Amino acid sequence: MTTPTQKKSRYGMVIDLDRCNGCGACMMACAVENNVPPAHREATDRTGITWLRVYRFNNGLKFPNNRSVFVPVPCQQCGRETPCVSVCPQQAVDVDPATGVVGQMPERCLGCRYCMAACPYHARYFNWWDAVWPPGMEKTLNPDVSTRMRGVVEKCNFCHGRLHAARERAAAAGRDTLQPGEYVPACVEACPARAIVFGDLNDETSEVARLARRPEAFRMLEQLGTEPKIYYLTRQSWVRKVSEDEVQMARKDQTHG
Amino acid sequence: MDRGYMVRGVTRSSFSKFLMWILPWTALLALGLYAAWLCFSRGLNQTHMDNRFAFGLWIFLDLTVIALGAGAFFTGFLVYILKKEELKAVINSAVVLGFVCYSGAVAVLMVDVGQPLRAWFTFWHPNVHSMLTEVTFCISCYLAVLFIEYLPIILKNRKLRQVPSFLVFEFELHKLMVVLAGVGTILSFFHQGSLGGLYGVLRGRPFAFREGLAIWPSTFFLFILSALAAGPCFILLTTWLVSKISRKRLVRPEVFSELGQISGILLIVYTLLKTVDTLVWINGTSPARGFPAYQYYQWKPFGTWILFAEIVLFGLLPAVILLSRRLRAHRGWLLTAAVLVCGGVALNRFVLTIQTLALPTLPFDRFLSYLPSWQETAAFLAIVAYGVLVYSFSFRYLNLFPQERELARP
Repeated sequence: MTTPTQKKSRYGMVIDLDRCNGCGACMMACAVENNVPPAHREATDRTGITWLRVYRFNNGLKFPNNRSVFVPVPCQQCGRETPCVSVCPQQAVDVDPATGVVGQMPERCLGCRYCMAACPYHARYFNWWDAVWPPGMEKTLNPDVSTRMRGVVEKCNFCHGRLHAARERAAAAGRDTLQPGEYVPACVEACPARAIVFGDLNDETSEVARLARRPEAFRMLEQLGTEPKIYYLTRQSWVRKVSEDEVQMARKDQTHG
Repeated sequence: MDRGYMVRGVTRSSFSKFLMWILPWTALLALGLYAAWLCFSRGLNQTHMDNRFAFGLWIFLDLTVIALGAGAFFTGFLVYILKKEELKAVINSAVVLGFVCYSGAVAVLMVDVGQPLRAWFTFWHPNVHSMLTEVTFCISCYLAVLFIEYLPIILKNRKLRQVPSFLVFEFELHKLMVVLAGVGTILSFFHQGSLGGLYGVLRGRPFAFREGLAIWPSTFFLFILSALAAGPCFILLTTWLVSKISRKRLVRPEVFSELGQISGILLIVYTLLKTVDTLVWINGTSPARGFPAYQYYQWKPFGTWILFAEIVLFGLLPAVILLSRRLRAHRGWLLTAAVLVCGGVALNRFVLTIQTLALPTLPFDRFLSYLPSWQETAAFLAIVAYGVLVYSFSFRYLNLFPQERELARP
């Protein structure tokens, strides 16, 4: 008997920065979908949990030449020598070979935060407080996603619960592969500007693969060699040059997390 | 009132004086324990660490005390393997210092992790590719070795010796010392190195990332060398300090000189390799990953002075002092050099732990600062207090300096 081998996917995103208006709907949808608890009253932008964070920065010029851009930053799903995977002492982080998604197992996490120190994108978040939902709000919890306890790390996993649900639907329909569009993370669905395109980068005919090949596409910190699967798209050359020296020098006090 | 418990032939302060000495340290320890309890019961929100400054004062403390505690294994190696008999004068003290440093580091790590009850997960689901796994295994094993090495020193206490089975056990344990020294050396080499490797492997942090040999980044080897250089200096400093506080001659002056010379030889090798490593990193490793090294030093207060301090002020300068027989013979120069070496190792660990996290990696990111909370500071000071207390009791009731009795004779 032979076991049919499923085609390997490599899920990724293309985020069009020229379309993003920083409304934050993606952040909100992400939090609701993944049972991210309401922030503790003492939480700050550095201790709060946002699996997807929209940063804003500008070109540092005065009016009327001033330009701003919003950059949504989820986990970049590094595909090569994934920095957070090799450092975890107890294998609480892994890369799913079938999807390329970098997963986090909070149930196994010790809370040492070594993965957070290792992540160049600061896309990992620690539960500094107990997760508490105000009375009544617990009814909004997503039953497909487990909540996390105090003292563990969590991060974007491309809405893992949605992937499982899509697989179950496909299996019920007698299919062992997902069709394009059958599985999309919550942020993609919520974006009113359709700035985020999601799909299988291995499927050359997919829209996400087509957009990722465009000359305006770039990845953050590409020179680190971690092969992130989040691509950014912009026709504004100053935005693409953000990683260059002259912009780095001028970036102080121009950013907002 | 406790005269009968002290080592025969040596004198110690009165019990009331000793009580006055340990009282403030006990109070500090109690405050630190309260801070630790707050962290356990309310969570790590009691600290000023955050998602960006995921490591803080405690990791800096861990890396520093473990480097300073290297004197235990290194002295054991010199005495039992290389047969440097003259260092037997400080071996017992070195074991106590090592035990204090390592147990203190493990204790603060237990507070530092979010889920301390899951500490065993690392042994059950080990990720063999993680430097932290290696550190966890080696430090746990080495702490056990240190405990076994500490045990015969305790069992030699004047009162405990009166129990015949203790005496036999101590005698049998003593026969194992060569084996333990060997095991301790291997374990220590690996975890000292892996502590450096913790940061050297961070490919996402070009400030810390280093190329290396096979799976080991250069920081692996530099950490071993710097710990080897700092260990003897820390023993030298503590011996001098205890001698001053207790107003007793504890070891012969040659022992100080010997410790200084060993440290000097290792320090000059370390400084040389650190310089080569820094040049390779500035000209190759960092720019190849899109981060010209000059950028790191534009964020104040971490200017290029920190590089100068690490290599010249805390490296080359003490190495020259310690290698010069004439300067080494002068107590003031010797102690200055020892302070610089210990300060240098602390600065090196600070740079890797704190500066690495403060520097931005994303192009639109900010430079971050971090100031520990009182709970972090109190827990930090509690480890110092714990060390002082364990050492004070050991000094009072155990034979830490075998030459003391001889030197006390008129």
